[in-house]
Amino acid sequence: MSTDKRRALLGMVLIGVALAILPFIIGKGLGNSWVRVLDFALLYVMLALGLNIVVGFAGLLDLGYIAFYAVGAYLYALLASPHFGLHWPVWAVLPLGALVAGLFGVLLGAPTLRLRGDYLAIVTLGFGEIVRIFINNLNAPVNITNGPQGISQIDPVRIAGVPLSKPLEIFGLTLPSVYLYYYLFLGLTLLVVFVSIRLEDSRIGRAWVAIREDEIAAKACGIDTRNVKLLAFAMGATFGGVAGGLFAGFQEFVSPESFGLMESIMVLCMVVLGGMGHIPGVILGGLLLAILPEALRHGAVPMQQAAFGRVLLDPESLRMLLFGLALIAVMLYRPAGLWPEARRKREFSEKAK
Amino acid sequence: MDTFIQQIINGLVLGSIYALVALGYTMVYGILGLINFAHGEVVMIGALTALTVIKLLADSGLPGTVVVLIGLLAAVPVCMALGFTIERIAYRPLRNAPRLAPLITAIGVSIVLQQLAMIFWGRNYHAFPPILPTSSREIGGAHITDVQIVIILLAVAIMAGLMLLVNRTRLGRAMRATAENPQIAGLMGVNINVIISATFLIGSALAAVAGVMVSANYSIAHYHMGFILGLKAFTAAVLGGIGNLPGAMLGGVLLGLIESLGAGYIGDLTGGFLGSHYQDVFAFFVLILVLVFRPSGLMGEKVAERA
Repeated sequence: MSTDKRRALLGMVLIGVALAILPFIIGKGLGNSWVRVLDFALLYVMLALGLNIVVGFAGLLDLGYIAFYAVGAYLYALLASPHFGLHWPVWAVLPLGALVAGLFGVLLGAPTLRLRGDYLAIVTLGFGEIVRIFINNLNAPVNITNGPQGISQIDPVRIAGVPLSKPLEIFGLTLPSVYLYYYLFLGLTLLVVFVSIRLEDSRIGRAWVAIREDEIAAKACGIDTRNVKLLAFAMGATFGGVAGGLFAGFQEFVSPESFGLMESIMVLCMVVLGGMGHIPGVILGGLLLAILPEALRHGAVPMQQAAFGRVLLDPESLRMLLFGLALIAVMLYRPAGLWPEARRKREFSEKAK
Repeated sequence: MDTFIQQIINGLVLGSIYALVALGYTMVYGILGLINFAHGEVVMIGALTALTVIKLLADSGLPGTVVVLIGLLAAVPVCMALGFTIERIAYRPLRNAPRLAPLITAIGVSIVLQQLAMIFWGRNYHAFPPILPTSSREIGGAHITDVQIVIILLAVAIMAGLMLLVNRTRLGRAMRATAENPQIAGLMGVNINVIISATFLIGSALAAVAGVMVSANYSIAHYHMGFILGLKAFTAAVLGGIGNLPGAMLGGVLLGLIESLGAGYIGDLTGGFLGSHYQDVFAFFVLILVLVFRPSGLMGEKVAERA
């Protein structure tokens, strides 16, 4: 084994150990609510990586991505909750959610194949809103989604009969529920990362990049742009569907509120801020945008009390305000994202000349 | 039949407002190729500014129409200043960046404006004081209030004025040239920066007027109103063919009509299965259909294919 390979292996082992003990450090240092934040951050990373396939690799601007998350979440909620009295196991619901979300992806992709750029953006946005409005209103005359109240008492994720919603004792260690979900989400996130990396280097991945750079040239090179674009939508949607199912099981409650346009925009911002098409960048963007606002929410009240003696701005609006300002600032100073792909960086500096 | 005419009237009123906002989107898109996501928030700021002034003057003894006019005159410069500033800070530095970058800053501006408005005006709904005449006329069994008549007439007058400005004046010619090709327009002696600023100023003034119209028509304004309104107006602009001024007007009016007719009849058409709360679905559904069968919009001449 060469030193390079050995070093890479060592690095991976170190990262693995760090990721494995991370919830213990955070849980002991900051409290278990922060492990919960971390769980959500991992869900967002999965979503961002899914959207990255559509926006980053294939260059198709999708503003309705959260619809697939919603499809996955609601499918889980309907098939594993007292709402219909169904209690399907996770290993059946999650793949089904991925499949159905993928079908929705094709459903969205098929009519929009001829559109590009902003037209595509607005159609996908409309699609996302349509899905949300239907979820919001399909409680009458037949109650399917329970309308704005959402569906509660969803079954938690169970692995080998062990529900992740209760603390688990193992080797004398008690692992709280949020830790268990952390390991589940971490595992799936790593799987998504792995799939993303393999896709990027594959024939299909290169076809996506070719379409992103110049669709007509890609077509001339013999790429079946129709199928390849549909595949991008379907793959991205599949990731979203899986993340949605996990969200439903983790939260044990879903309502249409979680799937608004703002969420789609949030995920898009993760992809663009991190660095479109660059997997480490997208992961960074997802983690940052999921964790920083939470930190602000927690830090804002005590800081204001210390500085002014009272709370001037409620933390929620301060959080959004800073989020908006950060979006503007990052785009002004780093339009390619915080951690851009090498190829993209080159393009930018060439353009600047 | 009465309901039909009533829904047509409601649709026309709603459509005129959409059209005014859609013009702002389409002008900016025509020149910069940018979706100005923050435009809806400019409408919202216009509505709330006017409402604040109107509330202050509501008990002053001035006639209601004068008060509303003063409110409108206060909102227009505020919105113009806002539009100008947004372009300078968030869009101008990114003019040569890839298209997604200004889109993200636009979203950022939109969020910031919404939060500032919430801090300034609070989370509550603001009611429009009942100072405008409530008289109404009857047309074929349907009612139209005088306020609604004024809204339609004012919108038509403004759009006619805008068409004159764009087609008959020096500024309009420069705007059309910039939309065609900014570099070459620049070589021909057009000061592109001035033209772009002018576009934002005009669009924001229209937004202010639309904001006052919305709050007068529905008697309500709040910090969250700009988002969905902007979305619909952008839909209208795309429907008509984005970048095309008459298209934006047509798209706005059509969207208004489709929405109100759809909301009025969907219950009967589907045997009560779908209700009027699906109103918003119509806008997007029609949009998707139009774009699938006519990707350049109803009046767009060419598919935008700029790389």
